[in-house]
Amino acid sequence: MADKEEILSGLAEIVEEVAGVAQDDVSTEKSFVDDLDIDSLSMVEIAVQAEDKFGVKIPDDELANLKTVGDAVDYVAANSK
Amino acid sequence: MSGLLEGKRLLITGVITDASIAFHAAKVAQEQGAKVVLTGFGRLSLVERIAKRLPEPAPVIELDVQNQEHLDTLADRVREHVDGLDGVLHSIAFAPASCLGAPFMDAPSEDVAKAVDVSAYSYKALTGAVLPLLSRGSSVVGMDFDARVAWPAYNWMGVAKAALESVNRYLARDLGERGIRVNLVSAGPVKTMAAKSIPGFSELEDGWGDRAPLGWDTTDPTPVAKSICAVLSDWLPATTGSMVMVDGGVHATGQ
Repeated sequence: MADKEEILSGLAEIVEEVAGVAQDDVSTEKSFVDDLDIDSLSMVEIAVQAEDKFGVKIPDDELANLKTVGDAVDYVAANSK
Repeated sequence: MSGLLEGKRLLITGVITDASIAFHAAKVAQEQGAKVVLTGFGRLSLVERIAKRLPEPAPVIELDVQNQEHLDTLADRVREHVDGLDGVLHSIAFAPASCLGAPFMDAPSEDVAKAVDVSAYSYKALTGAVLPLLSRGSSVVGMDFDARVAWPAYNWMGVAKAALESVNRYLARDLGERGIRVNLVSAGPVKTMAAKSIPGFSELEDGWGDRAPLGWDTTDPTPVAKSICAVLSDWLPATTGSMVMVDGGVHATGQ
């Protein structure tokens, strides 16, 4: 299992690449939609990249529950192989 | 054992995620022996990543059906991957927010025009763009949602689908002499990225499984994908201008 620091930095790289948000702004308490202004299609792309990078499966129903960066980090940490 | 689509060269539009109906059509087509080329719109990096999840990674060509240059160069760009086409899947639709889920009476004409252009005219535009690649016996398939009745929430998208159904008949009329079949697959609701963006999608899907004589699973795109592949195959050789109903049978019931 990857540790949460690594997941956060990996996720921040993806968010920057997909949505152009500076990596430093991607911190655990931030909401993807409200704070980082990420639209639904960008969220899908972030999820797809995260699946490839961390070897997790993020079903659409789960994706809807990942409101904050911290939610996503926790989900990846709990589900990556 | 050879597959239903052995050796067929197919152009498949409309893949955006691995939930897309087009993704599953491409997957089943490859499993049945087809060589698939995809087109993507907007988020090419996402489509390219999804294309790698197919049984055989497929090339992705950029296509915005409202971009004349994309259309004009499409045949040449497809030729970089295959020397001709035996089938095309049009799985493209869009409507501005005012046209879907919002009050029907309030949608402005320019929004309706955009919905009809992207969702219906594009069927002609795409088919015309790849016509030089299509030989006798090839099959053009579009994705429909039964537009003969008014649905909850579907509104001007339903009007655009009615236009698509008409375009289908005219394409069939004009391309028949070239031996090209043109048909729609009219699918029941499937939970895709596009479906989830329809406000009121739950009103459309609720009870579908109960009304369908065969039942219906909105989370399973495979029956629709298989049906698309059947229409792309050589096994409906005398069918054109038709709508193949793939909805569990709901269209045949009186409710």
